[in-house]
Amino acid sequence: MLSRTAQNLFWISRYLERAELTARLLEVGYRIALMPSAGTGYQNEWSSILSVSGSDIGYKKKYGPPKQEHIEHYLFHDLDNPNSVASCVSNARENSRAVRTALTTQVWDVMNTGYQELKQLAKEKYNTANLPALCDWTKNRVSLIRGAIESTQLEDEGYDFLNLGYFIERADNTARLLDVKYYVLLPTPAAVGSEVDHYQWSTLLRAMSAYRAFRWAYGGLQTPHKVAHFLILNVACPRSLLHCLDRATRHFNRLEYRLQRQSEAQKMVAKLKSKTSAMDVDQIFQQGLHEFLTDFVAEIDAIGESMRTSYF
Amino acid sequence: MFNEMFDNEEVREPYRQVIDWVRSMPADLVAIKHSEAEKLFRRIGITFVTYGTNDDAERLIPFDMVPRILTAREWRKIEGGVRQRARALNAFLLDVYGKGEIVRAEKIPAHLVYKNPAYEHEAVGFHPPQGIFGHIIGTDIVRTGADEFFVLEDNCRTPSGVSYMLENREIMMRMFPDLFQKNRVAPIEDYPEILRRTLLSVAPAKCDGEPKIAVLTPGAMNSAYYEHSFLADMMGVELVEGQDLFVDGDLVYMRTIRGPERVDVLYRRVDDDFIDPLCFRSDSMLGVPGLMNAYRAGGITICSAPGVGVADDKAIYTYVPEMIRFYLGEEPILSNVPTYRCGQDEDFKYVLDRVEELVIKRVHGSGGYGMLVGPTSTKQQIERFTEELKAEPEDFIAQPTLALSTTPTYVEQQLVPRHVDLRPFCLVGKSTYVCPGGLTRVAMKEGSLVVNSSQGGGVKDTWVLVE
Repeated sequence: MLSRTAQNLFWISRYLERAELTARLLEVGYRIALMPSAGTGYQNEWSSILSVSGSDIGYKKKYGPPKQEHIEHYLFHDLDNPNSVASCVSNARENSRAVRTALTTQVWDVMNTGYQELKQLAKEKYNTANLPALCDWTKNRVSLIRGAIESTQLEDEGYDFLNLGYFIERADNTARLLDVKYYVLLPTPAAVGSEVDHYQWSTLLRAMSAYRAFRWAYGGLQTPHKVAHFLILNVACPRSLLHCLDRATRHFNRLEYRLQRQSEAQKMVAKLKSKTSAMDVDQIFQQGLHEFLTDFVAEIDAIGESMRTSYF
Repeated sequence: MFNEMFDNEEVREPYRQVIDWVRSMPADLVAIKHSEAEKLFRRIGITFVTYGTNDDAERLIPFDMVPRILTAREWRKIEGGVRQRARALNAFLLDVYGKGEIVRAEKIPAHLVYKNPAYEHEAVGFHPPQGIFGHIIGTDIVRTGADEFFVLEDNCRTPSGVSYMLENREIMMRMFPDLFQKNRVAPIEDYPEILRRTLLSVAPAKCDGEPKIAVLTPGAMNSAYYEHSFLADMMGVELVEGQDLFVDGDLVYMRTIRGPERVDVLYRRVDDDFIDPLCFRSDSMLGVPGLMNAYRAGGITICSAPGVGVADDKAIYTYVPEMIRFYLGEEPILSNVPTYRCGQDEDFKYVLDRVEELVIKRVHGSGGYGMLVGPTSTKQQIERFTEELKAEPEDFIAQPTLALSTTPTYVEQQLVPRHVDLRPFCLVGKSTYVCPGGLTRVAMKEGSLVVNSSQGGGVKDTWVLVE
């Protein structure tokens, strides 16, 4: 497989996962905006959404102070924002076009149809009430592509690079989403355990499509402790940090077997995985959730960077 | 004007089986099927990029559902003619990069060959594998009567359109399977496999073991990118860009996740000028530095060979009948369109007097750019073009506007006659193959003779009936 092809495949799935993250963030923002105001209120929540998606600087330059409809546009349709759903879907599709021969017709078909639909959506008059539908559209489309990959792609090296893209990006995304809650949303320590606190955790779980899964796994009572365990350490949760590292490790090992060599990126993931799995929630909370997540995101970033020297 | 389906009221032989189908198709079904076909094309991603338009950059080529049909007898003539030209053109190329006998025999003026911008000095004296320069040739043919076919031009460089030929058939078979049960249509779907075998048969001297093929594309922004990826996919070979390749010693390698991997045969869809920045345009990012050295050292075969363009130049075209006589000792099976060479005084005078009647083309232009169709142009366009023509007469040729044949075509759900041409594809390796059919391009505008997709032309499925 060409190195360029491997790189493109890796980025196709990163972009798709990121499109999904942005849609999920928009959902969090939308739901929290429906909630009785807390602390500095609504303005703060939307700007936190922007900063978590890494879009705050670009937004400020273009629009100045946060305003819901501007933020919604900036995060969904705006091609000036590299993290918007539209940018991510377009980039994934451009990358697919460049490696057309490495994808099955069915994968290309759902990807390309999604892109055509997106262009259609961009032409329709925007209305905040449509936002949930747009977020659903994004999640559905990304799932369709994922499904087509799973059921039609040859499970060769390309499949491993696609999956590495998914899991490395998802590890980053879950960490960022968690950080919205713990660092940005919660205005004062006094609010911990309050109604608002509870509602925010629920919103977060919902945004990750994990609300019910959480209830099944942990029974009734929802505590920050349990939610953090679920999203960080529970390997059974498909969005948890440990799950992502576990899957990434599997695909690195498959590549090692095929290519008959280990890579730097592989070693880094293995290290991060053993470090994370050795921790428990109390330790994480003691260290400070925000600090833990900041370190984690930095390490994932370094792993992404070392993919280049390791394989491309 | 020759209508391929109707002889006055009577339906001509090749169309007798489909006429009932055509007539029984209600207008609303035509509209439904039409949009169905468009959706298929867009979904599969069969689009092309036009240069110089900044609106929706990826466009669809209009697809017409009424097939263009040729009888076995008609096809025999076309096939024979295409094959003959392919032999003559390859003999010419081997000759002009070798001893130059045709020039010495004064059959073609030396300056047209050696001073031609497409003449590649880097290729002089090189004997490519099997002696073949032009491996993939698309011959543009027009028809003016029951038995009158003319060659409009030969395309030896990187002729495109074969993916449309294949996809048009796929889509027709998907939408109207019963039509193919009633008609015996020669299959075309083994084209990619025969292309693969053709490329394998011209492996270079230094290749040991099974030759490795790759398709070289300028990238996803190129107008024919879909075709490049389609062909690579159908042949099961890598689609590479210049940045994926490098030369080490006399050999060419791809950069892969396993390390360097050798390439033996390169089907390139990048023009000569861009394939090697060390030899040609140094600003090219599309090529591979040192590729020409590896080629001349027998480390890789480039298909079509660098320098092939001198054979399909519009000025050289006028001498192809001479080539056929000179190299093969045969009479041309397919005639050329009568052509005036504006570089010659007498012809130039004739052309200047009749600009509004003729089709005038730039010798080095392609794709419908740099040409004037006299009868359908405005006074202003004619004046502007005449100025260009006067400035450099030797850069132009002129041809009478032929009464191109028409075939019935759906335009706004009505069946109307529209002008068509035909591009069959010929593959030349150890053996020669002409794919039965080809790409039929149709001018969608009433009376228009310009069929190029860049100028709004459409395409049709092309059938050759089996006896």
